[in-house]
Amino acid sequence: MNPLDSIPGTITAGFVLTVVLYVFVKMLVSIV
Amino acid sequence: METVLAWGHFLAGITWIGILYYFNFIQVPYLGKITPEAKAEAFTHLVPNALWWFRWGALATWIFGAGLLMNQGRFGSAFALQGPDAVIGMGAWLGTIMLLNVWGIIWPNQKKVLGIKEATADEKKQCARVALLASRTNTMLSIPMLFFMASSGHASGLF
Repeated sequence: MNPLDSIPGTITAGFVLTVVLYVFVKMLVSIV
Repeated sequence: METVLAWGHFLAGITWIGILYYFNFIQVPYLGKITPEAKAEAFTHLVPNALWWFRWGALATWIFGAGLLMNQGRFGSAFALQGPDAVIGMGAWLGTIMLLNVWGIIWPNQKKVLGIKEATADEKKQCARVALLASRTNTMLSIPMLFFMASSGHASGLF
């Protein structure tokens, strides 16, 4: 079942991706 | 200059993302419910116009955004995800991927679905599926993209 086949699935995937990318970017910003 | 570039970026961005959300939340469910005749009318008079504003809005958004970063002297550091510029840089990368998705996948496939480019019935079905998934991908990517764009100016404490 592809989450992109439903609107709630798409939106949820977007929020999950936001959290994952936030952690990644926070790590990048902390590199001096 | 900064204001003009930001203003243009907002105007074009609202056009682009507004139509993206219209496609995904409104048009796709609608087209799934109507008669084949109504669908043919929509494909002739509604969808091409929506796609025109959508794809040119996307390009304008990227050009104004790139101009804004260049004007601020951080185009390179943003796309290199360097230090604090990684925040807006992530937004810029996501926006760039979304733009390439529009012009590289969504629009070429939609041209076949709409009959602007020749395609068999089976090809049209396949193209419709690819265009839908690409459009849903952009909807998904728009959520973190807007988060990083908003955070870069308003939530530096988060990073």
